[in-house]
Amino acid sequence: MSGTALWAAVLAASVGCYLLKLAGLSVPAAWVEQPWVARIVDFVPAALLAALVAVQAFTSGQQLVVDGRLAGLAVAALALALRAPFIVVLLLAGAAGALVHVVAG
Amino acid sequence: MSAPTRSTVLRDAIGLGLAVGLYGAAFGAAADAAGLNAWQAVTLSALMFTGASQFALVGVLGAGGSALAAVGSALLLGTRNTVYGVRLVPLLQPRGIVRRLGTAHWVIDETTALSIAAPDRGLARLAFLAGGASIFLMWNVTTAIGALGAAALTGPALAALDAVVPAAFLALLWPRLRSGFPEARVQLRVAVGGALVALALTPFVPAGVQVIAAVVAVALAGRPRATEVAA
Repeated sequence: MSGTALWAAVLAASVGCYLLKLAGLSVPAAWVEQPWVARIVDFVPAALLAALVAVQAFTSGQQLVVDGRLAGLAVAALALALRAPFIVVLLLAGAAGALVHVVAG
Repeated sequence: MSAPTRSTVLRDAIGLGLAVGLYGAAFGAAADAAGLNAWQAVTLSALMFTGASQFALVGVLGAGGSALAAVGSALLLGTRNTVYGVRLVPLLQPRGIVRRLGTAHWVIDETTALSIAAPDRGLARLAFLAGGASIFLMWNVTTAIGALGAAALTGPALAALDAVVPAAFLALLWPRLRSGFPEARVQLRVAVGGALVALALTPFVPAGVQVIAAVVAVALAGRPRATEVAA
C-alpha cells in the first residue's frame, strides 16, 4: 500500500474514532441506551479482537498457516491464565516465536 | 479501606498511565510490523488515541487488508467509546463546545473506568483529567519507542515480533473473558465464534474483510436480558 493510502487510512480512522467519542457526549442518551444497541456494543470487541487474534496468528495472506506464532500464542494464553503482567506475556510470546524460528531454521 | 481522596485518585490515575504505556510500546511495534512508519504510528496514538481501534487498524493492514477494511474495523471497535461518552456526561458535565470537544478526545476505556470509580463528581473530573493526561503522555512516548525499536529488529528478533502481535491482541481480549467480567461466558462464546468466522472466511474474501465479517458472531450473545431492560 502506498504511503498516501496509508496516511489516508490513518487520518480517516482517527477522525472517525474521534467523532464516535464526540457523539457520545452530544447525542441524547436515549439513542444509545436502547437495549439492542447496548447489547451489540458490549460484544463487538470480543468478536473483533478474537478475529484479529486468529488472523494474526494463523493466516498469511489468504492462506491458513501454522508456524512459530502458534507457539507464541499458546505461551501467551498460559501466561495470561496465570495472571502474568502484560510485559511478561509479550516477552514470553516473543521468546517462544523466536525459539521456533531458530529451531525450525 | 479509607474513602478515596484526591491523592489516591491521582495515584491510581498515574499508575494506570504507566501500566498502559507498556501497551503503547507493543502498539508501536505492531504498527512497524504492519508497514507503518514511526510518524504514522505516533499520529494514530495522538489523534485516534483509543488502543483497541489502533491495534485493529494496523492488524488489518498488517494482514494485507485494504484501507477500507482497516478503517471499518477501527470504527467498529470505536463504537464502545460512544457508549462511554453517554455514561460520562452526567459525571463530567462538559459545558460549552470547546470543553466538549476537548473532553471527547480522552473518552476511552481507562478514563471511563477511573471516572466511574471515583466517589463524587469532583473527583470523577479529577480522575478523568489526571488519567487522560498521564495515559496520553505515556501512550505517545512509548508508541514512538516501540515503533523505532521494532524498526531496528532483524532475524530471530523479527520472528519474535511476529509472535508478539497476536499475543498483544489476546491480552486485549483476555480481561473480557475473565470470570469477573459481566457475562464472561457469553463473551467467550462470541469470541470463539468471531475467531472461527474469521478463519473460515480467510481463503475466500480479501484480507481484512473477514475481521469485519466476524461481527456477525455478536448474534451468539442473544437478545438483551429482561433484567437489563427493566433497569
